[in-house]
Amino acid sequence: MPDITVPSPSPDLTGRALFPHRHLLSIADLKPWEIRFLLDEAEHWAKSNRNGARKHDDRLTGMTQINAFFENSTRTLLSFEIAGKRLGADVVNMHAGQSSVKKGETLIDTAMTLNAMAADVIVIRHASSGAVALIAGKVDCPVLNAGDGWHQHPTQALLDALTIRRRKGGFEGLIVAICGDVLHSRVARSNMLCLAALGAQVRAVAPPTLMPPEVEMLGATPYHPMDEGLDGADVVMMLRLQNERMDGAFIPSAREYHMLYGLTPERLAIAKPNALVMHPGPMNRGVEISSSVADNPDRSAITEQVEMGVAIRMACLDVLTRSARGVQGWS
Amino acid sequence: MSRLAVINGKLADPAGKGVGSGVILIEGDRIVGAGDVAVPDDVEAIDAGGMVVAPGLIDLGVFATDKPAFHFGGITRAALMPDQSSPLDDAGLIRQATRAGKPDFWVHPIAAATRGLKGTELAEIGMMQAAGAKAVGTGRQWIADSGVMMRVLSYASGLGLTVITHAEDSGLAGKAVATSGETATRLGLPHAPACAEAMAIARDIMLARVTGAAIHFRLVTTKAGFDLIRAAKTEGLNVTCGISPAYLFLSDNAVTDFRTFARLSPPLRSEDDRKASIGAVADGTVDVITSSHDPRGPEDKRLPFADAAPGMAGAETLLALSLNLVREGHVSLNRLMTLLSANPARILGIDAGSFAPGSAADLIFIDPDTPWIVDSTKMAAQAGNTPFNRVPVQGRARKIMKGGVFL
Repeated sequence: MPDITVPSPSPDLTGRALFPHRHLLSIADLKPWEIRFLLDEAEHWAKSNRNGARKHDDRLTGMTQINAFFENSTRTLLSFEIAGKRLGADVVNMHAGQSSVKKGETLIDTAMTLNAMAADVIVIRHASSGAVALIAGKVDCPVLNAGDGWHQHPTQALLDALTIRRRKGGFEGLIVAICGDVLHSRVARSNMLCLAALGAQVRAVAPPTLMPPEVEMLGATPYHPMDEGLDGADVVMMLRLQNERMDGAFIPSAREYHMLYGLTPERLAIAKPNALVMHPGPMNRGVEISSSVADNPDRSAITEQVEMGVAIRMACLDVLTRSARGVQGWS
Repeated sequence: MSRLAVINGKLADPAGKGVGSGVILIEGDRIVGAGDVAVPDDVEAIDAGGMVVAPGLIDLGVFATDKPAFHFGGITRAALMPDQSSPLDDAGLIRQATRAGKPDFWVHPIAAATRGLKGTELAEIGMMQAAGAKAVGTGRQWIADSGVMMRVLSYASGLGLTVITHAEDSGLAGKAVATSGETATRLGLPHAPACAEAMAIARDIMLARVTGAAIHFRLVTTKAGFDLIRAAKTEGLNVTCGISPAYLFLSDNAVTDFRTFARLSPPLRSEDDRKASIGAVADGTVDVITSSHDPRGPEDKRLPFADAAPGMAGAETLLALSLNLVREGHVSLNRLMTLLSANPARILGIDAGSFAPGSAADLIFIDPDTPWIVDSTKMAAQAGNTPFNRVPVQGRARKIMKGGVFL
């Protein structure tokens, strides 16, 4: 593994000035040194998660973390739950299926309810772009966006950046190809902004029907076909193709998509010899990625992404609650 | 019968050139003379105090009968869109709607072109006309079936009614809530290309040509759309179009931060299209400026952007925002009153919106320069959903006369 050079966040900043945000809603709100600060914080947790026999820390003891998931999720919810518990928080999960949302309660009313329960941090996932920001404006505690519609999924971008930094040592001059359904992907939007801010050359690789217009404004260069986008890439980041997009609406079929945009060993050979393969999960094996690529331990960073997810979320929960916990310099 | 003379006003006659002092003579609820006319001795003189006197505004295409907002905005009549909780597809509903505002506000309902506004079967347009409908409308939707649209145009033309249509190709627009472009991409919003509008206009112009029908595109918002309308007018087709101030003064970046008050239908467009819209007002392509008044409370607007209802409360700001076009030199005050009063009246076929003898005595006294600030929390409308919140504007309707009676 290459040496990790951790650039100092930004000169002369300490305490709250390092991360002057109440919520984590969008990568677009963050300065490059604020992103690097969160990555540096997470590095510490990545080490202790991996090495420590005792993973438990008690800094969030007595605090209540509500994971309000209005859209189904397994890994992100689990990751936030583990992150909170490792920091000592009391973690409560709310699933849309069990909530009064199904009974017609408005999102704002749900937010007010969560707020009245005196949560100390709320993690929210919602199927509508902008929904998390809407709730954040109505509650008294920090809110973490765990994914809103096609808009943002900031902790995913941060964990991807941390994974890349650990494997590649840095971002300067790195060519990252983000491939697949960019149009409907909050992961892609967050990653394009995040990696471009950190100095990488970002490519958005997608069939034209799945490419958002003016993607350049998010810091990425559009590419198709796939082979051109992969040429010389240091990192190949695959995106999940939602089942409902495969039925002829955006692409004719899953097998045609695999033929044109699936990451096969042959196609991966077009990228740099040591190119890293990433996927936010859950994977559609045989659609956007071949099993032999996903399971190649030398090239695939997919399980490491999951591991870094916990570390990043611990860092975000810690940093965002520092003010409420009265950490020196953060009030 | 009461006889009145409005004196000491500056007349903004839609049919005139320039704004000059003059007199308006009124008998009962009708204007009998205007301009440089002698004031008979036996009339009651009303001093306009040097204010601009104009016909009451006629708002072509609103979604609610919201009298306090209309009166604040100097609007004396409005054409009500058929998109009500029960679509206006029945003579009884039309009759009811015509009575809703009287006597101090007149509603001219637009008959639904198809039953339930579903775009499949013709509604009883003739019976609705007899009950008081002044136009036929497709509502918030485009009629996707070209055969149905052709029959709507054809049938309405036989009754002498204009068809008011929404110009967005439904296949392209789909579930889009924004125009394709940087803002939609950044915010991750479902979007459709702006050409969805021109495609709808192109088809409907062809159908208007075949049927000879009069068609009014209620909101045209793109350069490509205006180019088609301009060409159709040059050809001599009976085609008119409107716009609302939102598309003249805002572009799609107004929805940044998911501002649902700027969620409109059609969605706000690019800055280039905004500039083309101003150009289309200035060169006469645009016939009507409407508020498209659609008051929506928090239950419809305090939602994630894509889940929020489209529409804005526009009645109170229609006049003040439109006066910007005069101050910026795009149109004369007379032309503005044509867009806000005379043309809507012509399209609806009503004797109003003018100073000609026989026209309804609906007048407003305008103080065109008085500054005020739009405040969404203090609006007269049923709801304060304006994307112009906290914007400083100039111009107020100070006094309103409806049918020869001051409110």
